[in-house]
Amino acid sequence: MRYLPHTKRERELMMAKIGIENINELFDQIPETALSSFANTLPSHSGELEVTHHLQSLANLNLAASDAPSFLGGGAYRHHIPATVDSLIQRGEFLTSYTPYQPEISQGTLQAVFEFQTQVALLTGMELANASMYDGSTACAEAVLMAGRVTKRKKVILSGGLHPFYCDVVETLAQFSELSIEKSRPEAPAKGHHDTAALEKRINKETACVVVQYPDFFGLIRDFSQLGEQCKKAGALLIIVFNEPVALAALKSPGEMGADIVVGEGQSLGVGLNFGGPYVGLFATKSQYLRQTPGRIAGQTEDLDGKRGWVLTLNTREQHIRREKATSNICTNSGLCALAFSIHLSLLGEKGLSHLATLNHEAAMSTADRLCNIDGLEILNETYFNEFTVRLPKPAGPLVETLAQKKILAGVPIRRLYPNREDFDNLMLVNATELTSDSDINLLAESISEELS
Amino acid sequence: MNKEIVSDTKMISSTATNKGLHIEEALIFEQGSTDRSGVDLPEISGRSDRLGKLKRLDQIGLPGLSEPEIVRHYTRLSRNNYAIDIGLYPLGSCTMKHNPRLNEAVARLPGFSNIHPLQPPSTVQGAMALIKELEEWLTALTGFPTIALSPAAGAQGELCGLMVIRSYLEKQGDPRETVLVADSAHGTNPATATMCGYRTKSIPSNDSGTLDLQALENMLDNKVAAVMLTNPNTCGLFEGQILEISDAVHKSGALLYCDGANFNAIVGKVKPADLGIDIMHLNLHKTFSTPHGGGGPGSGPVAMTSVLAPYAPLPWIEESASGFTITEHLGDHSQQSFGRMRAWHGQMGMFVRALSYLISHGGDGLRQVAEDAVLNANYIRQGLHKHYSMPYPGTCMHEVLCDDQSLKPAGLKTLDVAKALIDQGFHPMTIYFPLIVNGAMLIEPTETETKEILDQFIDAMITIANHSTSENIAALQNAPVHTPRRRLDETKAARNPILRWLQDTGPSAT
Repeated sequence: MRYLPHTKRERELMMAKIGIENINELFDQIPETALSSFANTLPSHSGELEVTHHLQSLANLNLAASDAPSFLGGGAYRHHIPATVDSLIQRGEFLTSYTPYQPEISQGTLQAVFEFQTQVALLTGMELANASMYDGSTACAEAVLMAGRVTKRKKVILSGGLHPFYCDVVETLAQFSELSIEKSRPEAPAKGHHDTAALEKRINKETACVVVQYPDFFGLIRDFSQLGEQCKKAGALLIIVFNEPVALAALKSPGEMGADIVVGEGQSLGVGLNFGGPYVGLFATKSQYLRQTPGRIAGQTEDLDGKRGWVLTLNTREQHIRREKATSNICTNSGLCALAFSIHLSLLGEKGLSHLATLNHEAAMSTADRLCNIDGLEILNETYFNEFTVRLPKPAGPLVETLAQKKILAGVPIRRLYPNREDFDNLMLVNATELTSDSDINLLAESISEELS
Repeated sequence: MNKEIVSDTKMISSTATNKGLHIEEALIFEQGSTDRSGVDLPEISGRSDRLGKLKRLDQIGLPGLSEPEIVRHYTRLSRNNYAIDIGLYPLGSCTMKHNPRLNEAVARLPGFSNIHPLQPPSTVQGAMALIKELEEWLTALTGFPTIALSPAAGAQGELCGLMVIRSYLEKQGDPRETVLVADSAHGTNPATATMCGYRTKSIPSNDSGTLDLQALENMLDNKVAAVMLTNPNTCGLFEGQILEISDAVHKSGALLYCDGANFNAIVGKVKPADLGIDIMHLNLHKTFSTPHGGGGPGSGPVAMTSVLAPYAPLPWIEESASGFTITEHLGDHSQQSFGRMRAWHGQMGMFVRALSYLISHGGDGLRQVAEDAVLNANYIRQGLHKHYSMPYPGTCMHEVLCDDQSLKPAGLKTLDVAKALIDQGFHPMTIYFPLIVNGAMLIEPTETETKEILDQFIDAMITIANHSTSENIAALQNAPVHTPRRRLDETKAARNPILRWLQDTGPSAT
């Protein structure tokens, strides 16, 4: 077996040194009944050729989003990832190292984490960020739990614009805590109507936090400055969630709107679609809440020679020191995805990121302008970044399925995420990025027209 | 710039901080210029926006660097890291084994890496087939009929396990109040119990380093929801009374959770389901070789009995006559599921790597993995037992536990051994864990190391122990010296937190 170096002779030599004749002598603490009941019915080992052949055959059964015009978004976005990103994250020193417990020989990872934390803080307009969470949804749930600890209050208000799976994750992860979750009813975008004012009315002295999304799940962009002020007055925290970090380059920062915690999904920079994972959760907040922040944090210090260096710091918040009193149980986070995010962002730089954001917004506007000419199709958003909601004259699910058979990934039928909302049956979420070409847009528009006629 | 002429050569060093292959690297924020970029993008048209009145007007503050600068920056950073690709990485209970590159290649096939989680199921049949195939392997290896694949890492797997247990107990009408955790357990166990709304009590270990069965029996009552146990435990020992423990737990109406961090010791040899365990998580980034990436991503599938299966989290994949389908919501037939733990279906990228690893090894290879991992640990144990005190007698499983009792008279402690090992070219073992052993050194070599490397490691450890009785002790306490940085001031970092770059803090003395 190519990964196992010992020869039969070496095993014998080693066993002789240990003083055993049979390897099973080392397993003699295991109940005999359990040892003997293991019937090895698994196939035996395979070479690279066989493994590659088998996995390639499974991969071939999937339609890669890169092989079709794709307008899928809804929390995961396809962007061009420069070749440099994957090349650098595959350096063994990054790929095959552990969490940096020994800082003298982990300065590479630690400096990269420190840079990542700075980038996330800058992008969100916050004072600090942690070393990453699993994904945007768990970062969101951790933010809600943190708001409970900070305010010592129990009421959590979720906006109807929050990604429905993020709502589910918050409800799941908070279900055995003392928090109670109030969900605002999701509504399709409509002119002059959104739930921000309604959210403000719900805030009271029991409110721990209000969670909103920017742009929201339906693509709408709303100003939460006033909501932020209301939260501040009531002593509640404003949590702003984002799904698409590229949007933050085009928009007023969440920090400027008065957010206390900003969390989001970092997948769209550097990470790729991967059928939903691994992704990378971004978590940023204010310095005053540092001691309640979950997850790893890298900090700057000096070595014995007075040289600048980095370590994992403020460990007394964490499970390996604080055990049952830790701010979270998180241990392994999403290190390599955070590195990919950071490298992609470094390549873009201020100028590149801002340019990329504009390209995305323009691609979405072009798509919307083309689609709105289709009879019976209505664009519901007044505002959007690279994603918007359309209303079709018939159910979106079957239409998306039909177009998929023609190798067009048309968009997300919104009811897939809200099975109980019959009124969402005809809604579809459409995303465009810098990868969306004019011919993709034309193909989508023509195919939809065909299906509607 | 400090110019320095090196004696008897004609070499001139113009940058005093750089030494040969080691080059000091500034933060990315201290490099480049705002107008540079590492990407070329298509032209923009400049049309008016639809961002409401929320267009960003200020700069973000990101630096601009060209592609060659970026490649050099991260390449230089990488060279400040130790890695399994460089040498032995014997972190106990972390299972740092070789990460096959085949796994990286197959995970990058566009049919896996470039599929969207919301694609119509008809376009991702291969992905769902792969997930089912991985489930079959894990079922065969654990003996449990149901595998929940969505948990993102080991700690989330633990949370999944306890949430399943709590949901099950609530359905029985009695959620109970406490979770008992072995005192040698990872910190994630008690932290997880808290997140699940339970109080934690610690079960003491006995003098042999295993769970004190008598103490456990005394602690079990009708308030206890679950017992969390790691087997083999973090002392590197198999809990030989596991069946008795299981009986006692079940008699009290509680359930037995197993932390599968140390599954590498028994994979392909024993099915945890045959050990009286009800539910356990596996770490694909430990036992099944998916790379740890400097801190993740991981993947923590949870295996469970058929009694607990109805409470497993969303989503799950089922096979029907017309192909694979995915259940993403609680419907009438699945009301008992405790819900959704993360946005999408799971760590697909890790699933592909783990399946590649499993097929590569096969049942025969996996059994050999466990046997060689245990053989290697015992070989180290044999090599070190005359030089280092070991708290528990007898053979070990896949990791061997030493402590610093025998070094103390000379004034040397575990931290010094760890730092001295670094100067000898090895990553240290896990230190000061498990907490029940003072000055613990937990060494897990894994099965992918050669006898030659193990011999070198044993030699290095013996050299350090021998030096502890000589006048060289100050030098050991000074270690490491052959590293990009010497010992770092962690107290300073925590007392005066600098957690991001700021324009005015700038670089300190480098």
